[in-house]
Amino acid sequence: MANIQEKIAKLFPAATFENDNSGILQITVADEQWHELAKNLRDDPDTAMDYLVTIVGMDWVEKLGCIYYLMSTRHNTMCSVKVAVTDRDKPYIHSVADLWRIAEIYEREVYDFYGIVFINNPDMRRLFLNIDWVGYPLRKDYDEDPAINPVSIENERQTDLTSVYKEEGGKVVKTEREIFHKDDFVVNIGPQHPATHGVLRFRTAVDGETIKKIDVYMGYIHRGVEKLCESLQYPQTLHFLDRLDYFSGQIYHHGLCLLYEKALNIEVSRRAQVIRVMMDELSRIASHCLFIGTYCMDLGATTMLFYTLRVREQILDIFEKTCGARMTFNYACIGGVMQDLAPDFADDVRALLEVLPKNIKEYNKIFTGNVIAKNRMEGVGVLTREDAISYAVTGPSGRASGWACDIRKLQPYSIYDELEFDEIVREEGDSMARFKVRMAEMEQSARILAQLVDNIPDGEYCVKVPKVVKLPKGQWFQLVEGCRGAFGVYVESDGSTKPFRLKIAPPCLPLAAVVDHITQGSKIADLITIGGSLDYIVPDMDR
Amino acid sequence: MYNVSDSHIFDFSRVTGPIHDWLTGFLPGWAATTVECVAIGVGLLLLYALLALFYIYFERKVCAAFQCRLGPNRVGPFGLLQSFADMFKILIKELICLNHIDKFLFALAPYLVIIASMLCFAVLPWGDGLQIIDFNIGIFFLIACSSIGVLGILLAGWSSNNKFTLIGALRSGAQMVSYELSIGLSVVTMVCLAGSMSVTDIVLAQGNGWFIFKGHIAAVIAFIIYMIAGTAETNRGPFDLPEAESELTAGYHTEYSGIHFGFFYLAEYLNLFIVSGVATLLFFGGWMPLHIPGWEGFNTVMDYIPTPIWFIGKAILLSYIIIWFKWTFPRLRIDQLLSLEWKYLLPISLFNLALMVCFITLGWHF
Repeated sequence: MANIQEKIAKLFPAATFENDNSGILQITVADEQWHELAKNLRDDPDTAMDYLVTIVGMDWVEKLGCIYYLMSTRHNTMCSVKVAVTDRDKPYIHSVADLWRIAEIYEREVYDFYGIVFINNPDMRRLFLNIDWVGYPLRKDYDEDPAINPVSIENERQTDLTSVYKEEGGKVVKTEREIFHKDDFVVNIGPQHPATHGVLRFRTAVDGETIKKIDVYMGYIHRGVEKLCESLQYPQTLHFLDRLDYFSGQIYHHGLCLLYEKALNIEVSRRAQVIRVMMDELSRIASHCLFIGTYCMDLGATTMLFYTLRVREQILDIFEKTCGARMTFNYACIGGVMQDLAPDFADDVRALLEVLPKNIKEYNKIFTGNVIAKNRMEGVGVLTREDAISYAVTGPSGRASGWACDIRKLQPYSIYDELEFDEIVREEGDSMARFKVRMAEMEQSARILAQLVDNIPDGEYCVKVPKVVKLPKGQWFQLVEGCRGAFGVYVESDGSTKPFRLKIAPPCLPLAAVVDHITQGSKIADLITIGGSLDYIVPDMDR
Repeated sequence: MYNVSDSHIFDFSRVTGPIHDWLTGFLPGWAATTVECVAIGVGLLLLYALLALFYIYFERKVCAAFQCRLGPNRVGPFGLLQSFADMFKILIKELICLNHIDKFLFALAPYLVIIASMLCFAVLPWGDGLQIIDFNIGIFFLIACSSIGVLGILLAGWSSNNKFTLIGALRSGAQMVSYELSIGLSVVTMVCLAGSMSVTDIVLAQGNGWFIFKGHIAAVIAFIIYMIAGTAETNRGPFDLPEAESELTAGYHTEYSGIHFGFFYLAEYLNLFIVSGVATLLFFGGWMPLHIPGWEGFNTVMDYIPTPIWFIGKAILLSYIIIWFKWTFPRLRIDQLLSLEWKYLLPISLFNLALMVCFITLGWHF
């Protein structure tokens, strides 16, 4: 990292450097130089920061700004860039949507929450809140008075226009642009639609059965989790993570706990670590089972759903015995896990491992080899490796495009570096590859479970932690591998009992953002195939 | 031609004939015919409803078995009354009035669909002497009638003033018109073998062996094509694109409610019966019992089983295969569906027709 720092310091003498508490190099740069620095970071072979992990919008009261977390897929290094502006009324930052495609939607999110306008972003609309919302909710001076934003009983106002801000002669000029052409036949798929897996809305311009353009419209299940976290104490913030991607609840909990434990310098017992990893992998199998079932159902093979739900039910039974819940487990906590394992946990897991291979074989027999399934999935929705990285499509979907992006391998956390498992990577990048990657990942998760089930060490399941959790001043970033991709969480603390800023970087937002790109020119039925194979969870993207 | 009067098959005209004589005894000819028509009409409606209810129950039980479930088991013994309860529910449901639709066409569409399938019932070979209309172009009439149904579907999609229904209707139109070709060609293939378009003649021609055995290779190919095209014709999985739930919510009947929706639902199940009924007629002898030449004792025993049981039993067995398709296969995409028909099924059927003609001219059939 040191030579990168030197190199950048030479090119951008005004930039300052520091390491954040997670050990990630943070470059602070003025907005004028930001776009050039970004281009440099991405294109210089020594840095090759081609993956934009997330954009954290920030309000430090005296200034507004963003922290960009970047990762290099070539060198497996991370860095972050801090860009801030002082003008609170007209905060402008240059967009990097031309460098990383995913930035377009990330910048819209920052605009939605902080009102920071990104110059040259082609689509500066709100992302989650409705277009008449007054104020920017995550700003520290936001007025929460319900009278300002009353609950509307009218239909939400809609518009087909979006704004673009461009620099002309030193001044920022706003222009309006239409999302669809005048004579486009626009079909509303969603928000209440069986195949969108939640309340997601695709405004789809079609020409006969062929898709011309999709405008993803989200926010129907936006609950303001990040805003809520700022008014809650650290242990309370954990509860929300079960309610994002509700299948990855265990893993998300694990991720935030890791971050807090790092900040508090808490050493977690080996037993708790093993339990957490086992729960993570059980969740992964359950989640992939549900994926396979619902995906096949989307394609019309209803019967498969019941076959996969059988295995999932078995896993949920295991969860229920230990965590007391079948969903929203709230199991991992700071210092370990909430309760000790149920006495017959190991036996149940062994029973599961016994039936799982037989079931996977059955799924392959009934569905994967089917000629109709092959025709529907092969070559449909091809996502190249470059696009996958540019759109930040991680998880099984990214790995199906040939991008080895498993956080468990790239930045091993907990005990993952001791475990033996393969990262499944396929080259095709189509819907079939995404399906097969998940199928194979179930086997790998089972392999991890098999290594751990006979070696659950004795010890305490939760170490002592202070009654009142106070993080020292600083900022932390943690990545874990959720069921659908890399889940990042950023916490900035001002030394109090509540987070100054808690940012969640969900894997599903990029998955929804990429839909438009890979559906263009395919059929309406392919939208279902592609959407299903990406396997997004709407509460996860909306938060 | 098989001589039924020599066999032990019960001729139902022995029942219907005296009734007719009795009616004409005290009524003028036209009045007697009117009374008979009304009586048969009522009977047919009743049969129609009962068959639909049975099919709904049957499909739910079959798919439950495929999916390791129990299926309906709460209303009545083994859930037998479930469909009746569902029917009463749908009868008393509100017909939601929509604005901005073509009200006349919207109301007309379900009746067109149901009339099309009712008309087909008239020529099905229910049993010996139980056919409602028996005339020389029976099978042609059946194909003509079943084509009316697509009109209802197109109207339903168009008049609802909804983008989903419109796409569903267009898909359905493209699909049904295409697959009618294959159905027509496989029917023609079998008509060649029978040498007649009269339903009774086709059945009687199979008295000494069903066509699927008599026409061997060509008949088997025609049967497979017929089953595929027939499944597509009834809009059932894997060809259920017009109502592809995950894409178009409910396709052309999205906007329908109450009994209007019920009519579509009913017609779908009855079309399933009609398609398997016609397959029974063309390939498995209609109401004709299983006869194996030379096995006189066996044939006599088979003859004692009433002919309606033969027909309905065979039709239900074939329906089971179509239901099996639906609960096993994923759905095709519209372009794949059309290329399956135009690039594969249609050329194969044409070739098969030529093959059958060769068989007949060379006498290679049994």
